[in-house]
Amino acid sequence: MSWPIDLIVLTFVIFCAIAAISVRDLLGTAILFGAYSFMMCLLWAVMGAVDVAFTEASVGAGVSTVFFVAAVFRTSRRTKD
Amino acid sequence: MKLFGFIIVCLTGGLLLYGTGELPDWGDPHSPASIHLSNDYIEHAMEQTEVPNLVTAVLADYRGYDTMFETAVVFCAGLACFLLLRDFRPKKEYYYRHVPTGVVLHVKNNERQIAPGKEFEDVDKDWVPSDTIIKTVCRILIPFIQIYALYVVAHGDFSPGGGFQGGVIFGSSFILLAISYNLKTLMKRVSEKFLGIFSAAGVLVYVGIGAFSMVLGGHFLDYSQYIPFFGEHHIRALGMLGVEIGVGMAVTAVMAIIYINIVSEGRHDEGL
Repeated sequence: MSWPIDLIVLTFVIFCAIAAISVRDLLGTAILFGAYSFMMCLLWAVMGAVDVAFTEASVGAGVSTVFFVAAVFRTSRRTKD
Repeated sequence: MKLFGFIIVCLTGGLLLYGTGELPDWGDPHSPASIHLSNDYIEHAMEQTEVPNLVTAVLADYRGYDTMFETAVVFCAGLACFLLLRDFRPKKEYYYRHVPTGVVLHVKNNERQIAPGKEFEDVDKDWVPSDTIIKTVCRILIPFIQIYALYVVAHGDFSPGGGFQGGVIFGSSFILLAISYNLKTLMKRVSEKFLGIFSAAGVLVYVGIGAFSMVLGGHFLDYSQYIPFFGEHHIRALGMLGVEIGVGMAVTAVMAIIYINIVSEGRHDEGL
């Protein structure tokens, strides 16, 4: 029975998602996406899908965050809306 | 406009939540997937493939055809980044730093380039002095990251991981090198031509293992055809390892290609 961990991590997931769309700084959004991916990775590790969790940790929380940061570096850091 | 988007998102989310109500519960023994298919894999995969990690057995052996085209999709992603972003126009301006004095020269004439060596070094437009601590730590870390990536690829059939994860970790070691030093250092180590050939070679290794088993008289990706070469012991695990190496090669090169093209706007001169 791991429902308390599920509940805590899912709360963090929703928190990260709402924060990512309300922050005005795009670099902060990239970091929050990385945190979101890491929370999803924890969720899958709790479910027992270790391979999926490993992929999410390396691709979602690792490389895609770097790509977001690189894209922000070459465009603009402030959102217009 | 923002309100309109919010309404659309709420509607889509509601529909998705409504749709998941129809799905079977997580781990339900009476769900269609758990009635015969999962049981068949769990009971017979170990004796048929001799691979302890069932996920790898399903991905690289039972469903090897799907994984082959996933590798092709990753290769196409790298190709699309290259075709969209690559800019072959030569640079207009060059910046050189005189190492003993620290004076930065700004050369606007293309004909008057200085060969970087002991006296002058290439610098980016927004140059900051490189930090000794960051450089040293990354220099020590990168070999360990690469060894770990090779470990993940090689142990894909015994533990979690495999070609995709190992390739991504190996690619991130290249990215770390480009971030801690500068992009030119990475481009000296791995040229653009090498990355392109390497990514295509990864897909070719995968398809080649599959096609060669057809030449030997079996089906596509039927690893048991390689018994005359490697013996009967663990032959399917060996075939899976070969396939994973191909996936790892393709993913490594594609990660580096995507990063280099995004961070330098396709000019391959200066990055983060």
